[in-house]
Amino acid sequence: MTNTELYVEKLPTGITGFDHISKGGLPKNRTTLLSGTSGSAKTVFAVQFLAEGIRQFEQSGVFVTFEESPQDIKRNFLSLGFDIEKWERAGKWAFVDASPQPVDAPYESGVYDLGALLARIEFAIRKVDAQRISIDSLGAIFNQLSDKSIVRRELYRIASVLKTIRVTALMTAERITEYGNIARFDVEEFVADNVIILRNVLEEEKRRRTIEILKFRGTDHQKGEFPFTIISNDGIVIIPLSAIELKQRSSDVRVSSGNEELDKMCGGGFFRDSIILVSGATGTGKTLMVTEFIASANKNERCLLFAFEESREQLFRNAKGWGIDFERLEQEERIKVICEYPEVKGLEDHLITIKETINAFKPTRVAIDSLSALERVSTQKGFREFVIGITSFIKHQEMVGLFTSTTPSLMGGTSVTETHISTLTDSIILLRYVEVYGEMKRCLTVLKMRGSMHDKDIREFKIDSRGMHIGKPFRNITGILSGKPAILQPYELERLDKLFSNEQ
Amino acid sequence: MGKYLLKLYVTGKTPRSERAIANLKAICEEELNNQYELIIIDVLERPQLAEEEKILATPTLIKQLPPPLRRIIGDLSDKEKVLLGLDLLPFELFERKEESSK
Repeated sequence: MTNTELYVEKLPTGITGFDHISKGGLPKNRTTLLSGTSGSAKTVFAVQFLAEGIRQFEQSGVFVTFEESPQDIKRNFLSLGFDIEKWERAGKWAFVDASPQPVDAPYESGVYDLGALLARIEFAIRKVDAQRISIDSLGAIFNQLSDKSIVRRELYRIASVLKTIRVTALMTAERITEYGNIARFDVEEFVADNVIILRNVLEEEKRRRTIEILKFRGTDHQKGEFPFTIISNDGIVIIPLSAIELKQRSSDVRVSSGNEELDKMCGGGFFRDSIILVSGATGTGKTLMVTEFIASANKNERCLLFAFEESREQLFRNAKGWGIDFERLEQEERIKVICEYPEVKGLEDHLITIKETINAFKPTRVAIDSLSALERVSTQKGFREFVIGITSFIKHQEMVGLFTSTTPSLMGGTSVTETHISTLTDSIILLRYVEVYGEMKRCLTVLKMRGSMHDKDIREFKIDSRGMHIGKPFRNITGILSGKPAILQPYELERLDKLFSNEQ
Repeated sequence: MGKYLLKLYVTGKTPRSERAIANLKAICEEELNNQYELIIIDVLERPQLAEEEKILATPTLIKQLPPPLRRIIGDLSDKEKVLLGLDLLPFELFERKEESSK
């Protein structure tokens, strides 16, 4: 046997993200079992497998339905943007309708087989010259006929006939629990070569859809669960975390932060292709920093701001208060501001909207205010995946990203958000309150700046009608970042200075 | 009694198909007094017809006329089920059975 015969060829499905996690698509001319609980989007996947074949690869498909009627499927998927009827008329799509009929259940007299069904499937494949076939769902046929052993034997026969015809098949099956047996009626026994599992898990009151390739016999695939979402026109969109490679470009091109003094503290400005995290309690000036960052872009740049905490009106009014006219900048198409409540959709959908908007607007600067607001609509795991997804996406696009994060406590402290993302960001700027003799002052420090020297001081800053003004370092206070500032007397400072110089 | 229109869908000329045809003919001779028309359809030759009629299993017997339309699947070896499906005196049959059991 030669190597080419051993090698399992794959058929790209065209489903976003799937061809990546499957390392090329479904095993070509073989049958794959797609298993999932009720509501896990099995039918969507099965329909989309055919639809993308038609839309992207000019491959026809046959859809065998044991459950929903073709009329219902056509109607349901029209709202997702799939015009199945049109493809049917064009001879690219054929239904084999094996859904329960509204007449009485048939009488069963003696033994039977599913020869008619098989003949219809073969006929449909010939009719449209199909390269793809979806069968949805195996469990439903067990409910139509009483003799389970006949059904099992006949499904096995259909699966083996499909192997001999040159079609790539996808069969769906239901399962009872998210983490348990592969499928009801043990159907995996006869199409066991390749198994994919769709899950729709309820975690902390939030639904999370994932897809996992359990096995592809004789060929490689990515392991583990990958989150996905379903959106209009695109259908299933899988978010492949593993697509994120650690070969993000890094440049030494600097861009201004919008504040001269801060640029100096960072060693000359932010790096392009880097992510900066600004952390601070409410009211410390995060949104101001974002506003100045956006407004400082030069005429050749475009900036995109996603605001999840404040409304458009509030943002624009605040910017005006600092002498920045967002309205005019937006009319000149130099900036685009998108305000949304985090709760309007799941985090996967947010990620996709953000990516789509970035692709459409092609900004050079992206700001998200704030990441911690988005954390509300997700689980910790989902949030971490989101942050990985968004940071790597931005870094691949020759952009600089500025994210804000709100700390829960007024003094000192970090948030869960930060522990999740601090290693993913290139620079971290802390904005903190500090109590000095009964007065709240604001301070700023550059905690981390990958690839560059930076100012290690904790500097005081003030906010007025012209924006942020960074002042002198707090020399006589310790414990600011821990939230317990203590004021040092001058002699103490002197002693400390001497201590270090003696050591040297 | 109105005339019966029966359609029998089979897959090829297999022993099971032949058995279904033979069983059906015997029942018709016995019970229908030649008052019937029987059409035998091979789904391998006429898959389009099987699609239109949405036939899953073979053999499938369809009682087209008189109404109501009924389907019987299998090789028709269980005569009682066939008679039940053809609406042929099911109640008398049951009564007769009950009498004989007394």
